[in-house]
Amino acid sequence: MASPMRIRAAAKDGVTEVRVLMSHVMETGQRKDSAGAVIPAHFITELTAKHNDKLVLSAEFGPSVSTNPYLAFKFNGGAKGDKLVVSWVDNKGDTRTDEVQIA
Amino acid sequence: MNHQRRDTLKAGGGLGVLGLLAAAGMIKPEMANAAWNQTAFEAKNMDAAFAAFSAGKPAESADVVITAPDIAENGAVVPVGVVSKLPKTEQIVIMIEKNPNMVAATFNLPEGTVADVQTRVKMGQTSDVYAMVKADGKFYMAKKEVKVTLGGCGG
Repeated sequence: MASPMRIRAAAKDGVTEVRVLMSHVMETGQRKDSAGAVIPAHFITELTAKHNDKLVLSAEFGPSVSTNPYLAFKFNGGAKGDKLVVSWVDNKGDTRTDEVQIA
Repeated sequence: MNHQRRDTLKAGGGLGVLGLLAAAGMIKPEMANAAWNQTAFEAKNMDAAFAAFSAGKPAESADVVITAPDIAENGAVVPVGVVSKLPKTEQIVIMIEKNPNMVAATFNLPEGTVADVQTRVKMGQTSDVYAMVKADGKFYMAKKEVKVTLGGCGG
């Protein structure tokens, strides 16, 4: 199981700003190790964010996204104390879900 | 011997694992349903990438704004942000023309989500960064060149 995500969500003037830092190798499948063997691709493919069970963002990533991906987005609505859940799935089927309360 | 079957199994392997996991309840169904757009992520040129989204030739629009550095010192971490001022923006796609896999990320924005996303991408070399936006069923795009400094030699 992968390390937890760091999620910050802050509501201000009716708009909630969310920042997520995931912990993932995001291996492209292009690199080779010191023995010349290709390191297999391993990257996050899908991500969803939900505010109180309502989908606010779904994203698909390719291997071009940086190691330990960072994502920031905003949605209308959201109040202090509401629940925000972020989940991802990678190409090996690993998955991780974390939730925070909107500050 | 049925060689074809073997090839089919190999090709479908990646997808099959996801499907099995979904069946075993390890992945929430709604996540497995949002099928990863493999055609787009494996596109090798811009036309193929646009075609994967059925975008045709997106029109360049001043309402799509890319925020990225002019010069990136570290190609492994290039911050890219996209803001769309077009009404009813429903999808934002970030592409890097000279990467082996050009499509970096796609964002699907349900109603109520602001068309303003930021992430970080890898860039192998100096390239144009494209932002494609789907708004009200039509496609628009913007591009910006980002110079990647290799080995600190200046750009």
